[in-house]
Amino acid sequence: MRTNYRWISDVSSCCCLCFFSVSPEQIKNLHKRFQQLSDNEETISRENLEKIPALANNPIRKQIIDAFFDKRNQHQNEVGAFQEIGFEQFLMVMSHFRPPTLKTTEEEREAMRKEKLRFLFNMHDTDNDGTITLEEYRKVVEELLSKSGAIGLEAAKAIADAAMLEVASTNVPHMAPDDFYEGITFEHFEQILKGLEMESRMHIRFLDVDTMTMRCGKSKS
Amino acid sequence: MDLNISRRAAALLILCSGFSLLCGCRGEVPPKPTGGVTIVPPIKPDNGPQAYPEAEKSNLPVFTMDYPRIQIPFEITLWMLLASFAKIGFHVYHKITIWVPESCLLISIGLIVGAIMHSVHEEPPAVLTSNVFFLYMLPPIVLDSGYFMPTRPFFENIGTVLWFAVVGTLWNSIGIGMSLFAICQIEAFGVQDINLQENLLFASIISAVDPVAVLNVFEDVNVNEQLYIVVFGECLFNDAVTVVLYNMFSFVAEMPVVEPVDVFLGVARFFVVGLGGMGFGILFGFVAAFTTRFTSKVREIEPLFIFMYSYLAYLVAELFAISSIMAIVTCALTMKYYVEENVSQRSCTTIRHVVKMLGSISETLIFFFLGVVTITTEHEWNWGYILFTLLFAFVWRGLGVLVLTQIINPFRTIPFNLKDQFGLAYGGLRGAISFALAFTLPDNIGRKQLFVTATIAIILFTVFLQGISIRPLIEFINVRRTNRNLGTINVEIHCRLMEHTIAGIEDLCGQWSHFYWKDKFMKFNNRILRRILIRDSRAESSIVALYKKLELQNAMEILDTYETLIGTFCSSEHHTTSFSAKPKKKFLAADLRNMHDILSKNMYKIRQRTVAYTNKHTLPNDSQTKEILIRRHTSIRRSLRPGSFQSTMVPKSHKYFSLPAGQSLDLKFPPARLNDHETLSEVAYPTRRSRSGRPTRSSSRAMMPLRRLDTLTEAPSVDTVGDGGRITDHGVSRTNSSYSDSHVAPRRHLNSSNDNDSGSVDNLRNNHHEAPEEEEEPQPSSSSPVWAAEPRDGTTRNPLLRRPQWNPKKK
Repeated sequence: MRTNYRWISDVSSCCCLCFFSVSPEQIKNLHKRFQQLSDNEETISRENLEKIPALANNPIRKQIIDAFFDKRNQHQNEVGAFQEIGFEQFLMVMSHFRPPTLKTTEEEREAMRKEKLRFLFNMHDTDNDGTITLEEYRKVVEELLSKSGAIGLEAAKAIADAAMLEVASTNVPHMAPDDFYEGITFEHFEQILKGLEMESRMHIRFLDVDTMTMRCGKSKS
Repeated sequence: MDLNISRRAAALLILCSGFSLLCGCRGEVPPKPTGGVTIVPPIKPDNGPQAYPEAEKSNLPVFTMDYPRIQIPFEITLWMLLASFAKIGFHVYHKITIWVPESCLLISIGLIVGAIMHSVHEEPPAVLTSNVFFLYMLPPIVLDSGYFMPTRPFFENIGTVLWFAVVGTLWNSIGIGMSLFAICQIEAFGVQDINLQENLLFASIISAVDPVAVLNVFEDVNVNEQLYIVVFGECLFNDAVTVVLYNMFSFVAEMPVVEPVDVFLGVARFFVVGLGGMGFGILFGFVAAFTTRFTSKVREIEPLFIFMYSYLAYLVAELFAISSIMAIVTCALTMKYYVEENVSQRSCTTIRHVVKMLGSISETLIFFFLGVVTITTEHEWNWGYILFTLLFAFVWRGLGVLVLTQIINPFRTIPFNLKDQFGLAYGGLRGAISFALAFTLPDNIGRKQLFVTATIAIILFTVFLQGISIRPLIEFINVRRTNRNLGTINVEIHCRLMEHTIAGIEDLCGQWSHFYWKDKFMKFNNRILRRILIRDSRAESSIVALYKKLELQNAMEILDTYETLIGTFCSSEHHTTSFSAKPKKKFLAADLRNMHDILSKNMYKIRQRTVAYTNKHTLPNDSQTKEILIRRHTSIRRSLRPGSFQSTMVPKSHKYFSLPAGQSLDLKFPPARLNDHETLSEVAYPTRRSRSGRPTRSSSRAMMPLRRLDTLTEAPSVDTVGDGGRITDHGVSRTNSSYSDSHVAPRRHLNSSNDNDSGSVDNLRNNHHEAPEEEEEPQPSSSSPVWAAEPRDGTTRNPLLRRPQWNPKKK
């Protein structure tokens, strides 16, 4: 363990530049968890994440795990998927969930919001062509509803269709007779979720203070 | 004495009738008051129970009066009426209540009434004794707050809420109490006889905040949800804390000396009282939920259980001298979710109405009495003590918020900024609870009158000054706001998506925090609690619930707005007229535009699932929708339910379109229509093509429901209705029908019947646009069905019907 910490301090020093609100302590915590998940390897693979028992009940488990291996979430302008991710990539994905602090300015808030929306958008847009097609949307809704039992695929589909219609009607009110709505672009995506408050939903406090809870999590898993 | 009584009654009655005249609701005034006024005077000379001289004989009295017998309920009723009339009066001109909080107005009215009573040397009503207040006036108020507590934000912020409610109140009580005690040592004020315990008692009374007025303002300006819920929760739970402190201090105040052991016992008692109350509340909440599981046969008494169980929780808690406020609040919180699923829509509405009604009348009365009592009681005015009380209340509140936020902020996901803190501190109005507590102080407290005076002073000061000025201030400093009225399905889906994502990430980090617990609780709830407590215990995702509601609402909108229109089209038995011929005569362009407006405004405003924010005096504004829901509930539900769908709709479509069920529609329908239908129902359809840029045939078919948008340029939402309906129709009909031929035909009927409705909507629009064109093209009123007539001349009329012909062209 000791030896690892030196490496962490390297990582943390470089990471602190990009995540202004992350302290070395928190990175240390996350790194502990990272090692736990990867069985003390340098990298994490899909199988490692799929083994997490607590995640098994999550209806969108697949999307969440995919998000970790998605190169688009690394801010490197790359597309495609990793086979394995290191701690740096892991942190990068986690950084999407950092909460704003009191010092955050309005512009930074906006940027963070956009980042989070982009993260969600990427979860939908599995083939990263820049649009969420009906097909992709349906899939997510199906997954979301898959745990609630009796609803079934049909209702999920109907709901996705209705949602898609809603997007189309709010974004493209004047469509020419011949074109059809191909999918939700990111701009449209921003548009439909414009009024939604993300602050209370897309934040995790672990990037703030959480040594206690980390220990809890560790003892549990 | 009798004279006195009757004079009181007369005064009350005159006031009452005066008010009713003032309020301009002469029609609603019961005949009782005016009758009473005329009857009462003749009694005075008689000085006896009998009203008329004839009764002096020993014969059977023809007319008797026994006022003392009915005195108490009679006067209570009159007081309530008076207060209610006052409330009606405020809303005659609605702008008053925007700028001046209702509580201010009530107090003012109370002051006026008090002045009148004082001028005729009248005693104030004796209803405000300790028992009456705690057993009858307080429970409705607290039940109201507890029942309409916005659950989700509350649990998201529960830590902060409790922190401010418990620690904040303690902070205020002890801070104010100590500082006042220090002031008491100054000889110049002449209040050296007030000891520390009494000061603490008084401080605990005035540290109960009651920001009804503030909450109204917050709600109006859409202040951010975190701030709102903290103020809301604080006022709710600090009532509990205050009452506990009050009981504790009033016990301590009677003791000559306080030993250290008593302090520890006090702290222990504090926890016993608080947690015990919670325990009883949860217990009774679950019992209530469980009971409503079996009330499906006795709908008429269903709402009663809610009130009885909450009241029972309150009384039992009171019996054991634990926090009854905690008990009733937790009881309401616990049972609400389950009860509202168990009881019928009607009962649910009743429950909400009655909870609101009781809470609001109770509070109205307290504010009203506050005004009356301010005038009629004897005051002991001590400038020094009262001014310092005001100062300390203000300073300690401000300091408390500042310090407590500094401590809680690191634990909050979204910290409170300075503006929020200002809102929190400035929102600390004192209200009904403080007044009632002060008024019910035991008499053995030496300076009771001073305390009452000081409490009234601080209430008047905060309610009037802060209450009136908080709206401009909040708007001026521009506190962060939240848009709460988002009822679109996309938002719902993404809320869920985000919740699951966060829960997943938390799991992935092995962290137990808010979403972890929420996730676990939902699982526990779905697996166990719902099974036990709810009759029809199918877990339903909130997305589905919202979707159903949207759909239902859309159906209602169509029915309501287009009742006449659809009637024109559909109810004519033999459809001899074609679609476009009739509306042209009936609807002018202006009417159409109106309808579009109505539809586009109302279309996607759905009923909120949980009552998000209510103020104390009005019911949640979904009530109107609810009423409609009830009206339409049975009929529409039946038609939307999968099982009964075909059986009810098929005959209709027969009637409307005169197409026999077995007949092949394909002859009359161009094949593209069928394809459209089937691509919708296909599990897998060509993804690649649908995503590709060129609108190939199949892709355009796949997106058919969306493509219908293009035909609508003016009112997209109108179009959505039809599509939403259609999509479900497919979904629903497919769930219980296999792809056998016998089922396909009815399904198409369904489809077509729906298209008919939405088509008519489209058609309307088309009319609007193309009215001149169509006028030149007279419709042959043939007796053939519409669909059959369509290929001949329908090219421009109905986009839906036209579409099949486009596709081949495009190819």
